[in-house]
Amino acid sequence: MIRLEKRKEPSKFWRIANPFLAVALTMVAGGIMFAMLGKDPITAIRLIFFDPIFSETFGSYSRPQLLIKSAPLILIAVGLAIGFKANIWNIGAEGQYIIGALFGAGVALAFFPAPGWYIFPLMVIAGAFGGFLWAMIPAILKTRFNTNEILVSLLLVYVAEKILAAMALGVMRNPDIAGFPGSRDLRRYEAAYNAELISGTGIHWGVVAALIAVIFAYAMMTRHMLGYHVQLAGQAPRAARFGGVSPARLVVICLGISGALAGLAGMFEVSGPGGQVRIEFASGYGFTAIIVAFLGRLNPVGIVLAGLLLGLTYIGGELGQMMLQLPGAAIQVFQGMLLFFLLALDFQTNYRIRLTQGARA
Amino acid sequence: MILGSINPAVLMAALMVAATPILLAAIGELVVEKSGVLNLGVEGMMIMGACLGFIVAVNTGSPFLGFIGAAFAGMALSLLFALLTQALMTNQVASGLALTLFGLGLSALLGQRYVGITPPRTPKLDLGFLSDIPFLGRAVFSHDIVVYLTIALVAAVWWFLKYSRAGMILRAVGENHDAAHALGYHVKRVRVLAIMFGGACAGLGGAYLSLIRVPQWTEGMTVGAGWIALALVVFASWRPWRAMAGAYLFGGIVVLQLNLQAAGVKIPVEYLSMSPYLITIAVLVFISSGRARASSNAPGSLNRPFHASS
Repeated sequence: MIRLEKRKEPSKFWRIANPFLAVALTMVAGGIMFAMLGKDPITAIRLIFFDPIFSETFGSYSRPQLLIKSAPLILIAVGLAIGFKANIWNIGAEGQYIIGALFGAGVALAFFPAPGWYIFPLMVIAGAFGGFLWAMIPAILKTRFNTNEILVSLLLVYVAEKILAAMALGVMRNPDIAGFPGSRDLRRYEAAYNAELISGTGIHWGVVAALIAVIFAYAMMTRHMLGYHVQLAGQAPRAARFGGVSPARLVVICLGISGALAGLAGMFEVSGPGGQVRIEFASGYGFTAIIVAFLGRLNPVGIVLAGLLLGLTYIGGELGQMMLQLPGAAIQVFQGMLLFFLLALDFQTNYRIRLTQGARA
Repeated sequence: MILGSINPAVLMAALMVAATPILLAAIGELVVEKSGVLNLGVEGMMIMGACLGFIVAVNTGSPFLGFIGAAFAGMALSLLFALLTQALMTNQVASGLALTLFGLGLSALLGQRYVGITPPRTPKLDLGFLSDIPFLGRAVFSHDIVVYLTIALVAAVWWFLKYSRAGMILRAVGENHDAAHALGYHVKRVRVLAIMFGGACAGLGGAYLSLIRVPQWTEGMTVGAGWIALALVVFASWRPWRAMAGAYLFGGIVVLQLNLQAAGVKIPVEYLSMSPYLITIAVLVFISSGRARASSNAPGSLNRPFHASS
């Protein structure tokens, strides 16, 4: 007979090993899925995980793409992870990402076509502020009225999508091109363009910001009192309260940080790779970042690795669509499976499997 | 002049149709939460039901079989959640999110060849003379059978939770799983069954969207209906009839908003169509605050993992 026995302490080994195991299992399960779709599984898996970096034909295009796709994921996930650690569930990062982009683009469009070094920094501030504001809605409702932050932050994603559509069709529409939705192309407005900093690498200001965020988050979680409070509130909420940690303050801080970072990610995207405010601007980074946070074990360094991996699946997915006519949704399934396997494997971290013989007394 | 163009009987009829999918999902989730489990994967199970229900109905030509297929699809996905949270003791919030992300992806993958097809029609129920009653006939007695079965399901769940022995065991498990375990009840078995029921209901709700309400299959067509159903359970403070009242209220808002769009009110469509989400948030705030505070009615063991130490 098999039974689970709770470990006295979570296993450090499995904590580190499980993400790798989950990726391997996802590759196997994904291969089976591709085989069922009538594609050669080995080719498909190679195309998604190896060719974007190592292939000679696509490499030069897709290597810089890796940083472009991973940076927003990492930026958002670092913020989310802080909240998740404290059991504060911001799952509406997608909405904060959109609002951040709208605030950033709003500043740019207001200054158009004036030149000025100060415009881009202002956009950065506006983007972070937009995401922060949007995250403050669930935060304040939670602290003032005890409203569930999971539901509110998620429902606000749909509201943000509608605002995005309204902006793309209304106030922010490019007045020079009649009849088409979408704003001016910020890539053609030098003062607002989030350009590639070193050509051929994909490094733009968003990548720099992601790196800074990772370092700050790491320092905060390991060295700062706030990081300690976050950990304490997550693992022993009662002890935290007796220790003088204000739950309300923590909710505001965690949601605020993750909102601001998501807003930043949106702003860097709209002023660079995305280029303009369009109805289809939101591409699900805010949701994928949840997977990144878990896969990275809510640890800033782990999140960098996880972000790179999931960024890779985005590019690999595009390659797969191009080369093998893989359906675009296959990548979403892939990402979902990854989270499943990770969660399932994690029981080994907290429990030990015991084989007991015969009936127990 | 705007409101004059809206016929109250038609409005009432449309309201019942708009409310049915979220009511189905909500009544299922209500039972799940009553057993002490928080399944945030409603959106994922709904969209899988919408997709599979559509595929089965199109291929067999029978909406009835479509609904059966949808119930099984939702249940299958919920079993995955049950395996994770009950057998492998994973975090319920994270597992529910995983279910939603996975369901959205898988349904998009499975349904991609079904975009733009019209499903077989679900017949309206012939209620004889009832349908001929002025106003009420048009508003209440001219629907498909699912609308009425959903109301019957609400009644059944109410009776089950309040009066049946099994329902009381389910509530005991949800209120205090340690005590229920000590009394000899099988906490996990009860929870797995509840999760499966919730999955089947969410699947049915999804199929109602793709087969009757819309009726068509498009990627991500539930657009948050599952999340609204989750909010509805809180709004109802875990009481079946209140869930129905909430769903109808919500359906009314959706329909009114759509009517205002059609009537050409001078508010951009995008702002009108965000109103259901905003109102859901407002209602959540109202319920969770002040004297209306209902969270005290939340099942005691909600979202707490159970692991029998002996």
